Amino acid sequence: MFKLALEIFWTFFKIGAFTLGGGYAMIPLIEDEIVRNKKWLSEEEFMEALVIAQSSPGVLACNTAIVCGTKISGKLGTFFGILGSISPSFLIILFLSKFIFEYKDNDIFVAFFNGIKPATVALIFITVYKMSKNAKLNIYSLAIALAVALVIYLFHISPIVIIFLTMILGNLCLAKKEENK
Amino acid sequence: MIYLNLFIVFFKLGLFSFGGGYAVLSLLQHEVIDVYSWLNISEFTEIVALSQMTPGPISINAATYIGYKLTGNFIGALVPTIAVILPSTILISLILLFIQKFKESQYISRALASLKPTVIGLILAAGLNLLLPENFINWQSYFIFAFAVCLSLFFKTSALITIASSGLLGIMFKFLF
Repeated sequence: MFKLALEIFWTFFKIGAFTLGGGYAMIPLIEDEIVRNKKWLSEEEFMEALVIAQSSPGVLACNTAIVCGTKISGKLGTFFGILGSISPSFLIILFLSKFIFEYKDNDIFVAFFNGIKPATVALIFITVYKMSKNAKLNIYSLAIALAVALVIYLFHISPIVIIFLTMILGNLCLAKKEENK
Repeated sequence: MIYLNLFIVFFKLGLFSFGGGYAVLSLLQHEVIDVYSWLNISEFTEIVALSQMTPGPISINAATYIGYKLTGNFIGALVPTIAVILPSTILISLILLFIQKFKESQYISRALASLKPTVIGLILAAGLNLLLPENFINWQSYFIFAFAVCLSLFFKTSALITIASSGLLGIMFKFLF
């Protein structure tokens, strides 16, 4: 029992520690480990786990760890899955924070950060561009995306309000659309 | 009190994050900059940059960093980090309990489908909010912005490479100008 828990922890720790590029980059690695190496879940079970992980809010990598952990060994699996998936980033950032607060005023350090700030902003816009391209937005959804961005940018409305509104209006509109079919 | 506030803010962040890493940025900005003033724009951008260069999700990285910055201790870093994943832990347990109902529910699938354009809008808002003099201190900043766009669009470099090389460019500019 305890050995299994440790193995679950270690599996998600490894994946969390070595995957850059966010949630979607981790999915094939998690699948490899859990379905093919450890044979904890079948391909089908993993797919179902993935659907659940994607429909819940939160961090995709952690959600996947939560669902898989639970399916593998109940509450114990949930706990060690979560622990494994958040520990690497927690420890790395804790270490880096100490380092950053120490060298905050160092000239080279400041110059480095002055370089990465505009690059980070650029990456955000590139993500918007790529996501809009992949989602194949039509004119209406493009208008919605722009409206959301402008409303938040200009009036500083909480995104939570926007998310709620979208879910309610989206339900009404899609229901109507299905009725008309 | 600060621990409670940290917990509440990051619990909300976990509960309302749909659509992957960047989509939480506008909510994070709203809470951390507009409502609580825990960070300024420049520090906020630094955290985003930092999480691009390290493994792990943005919201977890931000939780750990902000918690540590505000309290200076381990517990302060841990509280918001746990708060981020708590909502999805609870929700997923509920989903697994009512899995059949969940699969048949049209409300959830419609809600998720309609969130797609909104998520793109949220990320765009986060980007627009960062277009400020704090992040663009001189003409070199605009050059680096263009450099980063070219790198990732035309050379398809990873975020780590794009950001790290922009940082090195920043150091180079310091000695050149």
